[in-house]
Amino acid sequence: MATFIWYIILAVAVIVGWFVYAYNRLVTLKIRSSEALSDIDVQTKRRYDLIPNLVEAVKGYMQHERNVLENVTKARTEAMATTGTSLEREGKENFLSNTLKTLFAVAENYPDLKANANFLDLQRELADTENKIQAARRFYNANVRDLNTKIEVFPSKIVANIFRFEKIEFFKAVSAEEREPVKVQF
Amino acid sequence: MSLYAHKEANIRKTFLLFAVFLIVIIGIGWFFSKIYANPGILIFAVFFSVLMSFISYWYSDKIVLKISRAVPVKKENYRELYNIVENLSIAAGLPMPRVYLINEPALNAFATGRDEKRAVVAVTSGLLEKLDRSETEGVIAHELSHIGNRDMLVSTVAVVLVGFVALLSDFFLRSMFWGGLGGRDRDKGQAAGIMMIMGIALAILSPIAVTLIQLAISRSREFLADADGALLTRYPEGLASALQKISSDKTPLKAANKATNHLWFSSPSKGKVASWFMTHPPTEERIKRLREINL
Repeated sequence: MATFIWYIILAVAVIVGWFVYAYNRLVTLKIRSSEALSDIDVQTKRRYDLIPNLVEAVKGYMQHERNVLENVTKARTEAMATTGTSLEREGKENFLSNTLKTLFAVAENYPDLKANANFLDLQRELADTENKIQAARRFYNANVRDLNTKIEVFPSKIVANIFRFEKIEFFKAVSAEEREPVKVQF
Repeated sequence: MSLYAHKEANIRKTFLLFAVFLIVIIGIGWFFSKIYANPGILIFAVFFSVLMSFISYWYSDKIVLKISRAVPVKKENYRELYNIVENLSIAAGLPMPRVYLINEPALNAFATGRDEKRAVVAVTSGLLEKLDRSETEGVIAHELSHIGNRDMLVSTVAVVLVGFVALLSDFFLRSMFWGGLGGRDRDKGQAAGIMMIMGIALAILSPIAVTLIQLAISRSREFLADADGALLTRYPEGLASALQKISSDKTPLKAANKATNHLWFSSPSKGKVASWFMTHPPTEERIKRLREINL
């Protein structure tokens, strides 16, 4: 009889131990995901800081393309004004990327501008920042994938259900561009 | 699959490697102290093996960089390489490793350092010249996966521990040869006898040491780093075509040697003997698996 009780105690201990482990694992993954999300802000902030310099450098050359420049400035202001996580700002940020793409495409028609060292430097910096934003989003997606898998699969699903862990959203734009090389050409 | 699932296993493996090293060296010391009834030998062996373990844990990355003649690069001079490493380490969630360059025309790369904060990625100048951006990204992503998985801890520590055993065996085999030739008077004869026993013991040990490297840095680890790397760049073709270029390039890598062979991105020894002690899976197999990855 005594041994039987010991078996029960052992079984309970194992189950409780596993619960604690699974719970901690889920919490860790959740914290990691939100950390990865706020890391993206570092990169988007860098882009906000670079854009006024770019506009300043380009203004003198592009007299006839006022609206291209205005679009960039407007998109930047809108993205900055939007509150929330960088996941919630994804649409605005992608729009900003597109206006920049247009700007650099138009800049191709200005040989003087393309010979300007300052402009070239800014162009390179912005292209690199764009790459870094993509990279940071990709890291976030990898973490979210881990978390969502843990929430979905048995047996950690039980713990996730009890403590109401919810699945987190991905960056969609990244998955659409997944198949392309990381390189971004402006 | 979870990020860096093999990290803990690799840290355990490193300590196992230390344990085996200590047991082997102290065991040899004990053996000889019994034979010659001299406890000094055992004390020496204990002291020596502990010292070597410390050196290999704290300094092996520096030793590896030194024997590979790698020099640190500045961001201003190698902007593209620097940006590639920076961006991929963001995607991998790793701190920015230090970037080193090996001034050689051969195409290769390696990662070292005992943890991710002290990690180093080194590439040859030939690699930078001959690979395009997406190929370089593939190679760097592979190396960063080694860092994330702590493969480079095991393999770097192994360089010093195993390299040391190989060096000793070389030394004794050589002195045995010379001792055998010059064994005229009695003193010399006895010395040659000691040398011979130790030489034989170490000659047996050093292939075991090489096998240890292979166990620690098994081939599946390279496949895993390839797959993880492809997941980072989301472009397996970049790594695949880098592998193709590297395997068709026959420039020998001067900076590599027996002890550091397993560290490199692509096996530096390209002879027939190399395939017997293979530290890397065949390139064709790696390329084939990369092309099968479905992202």
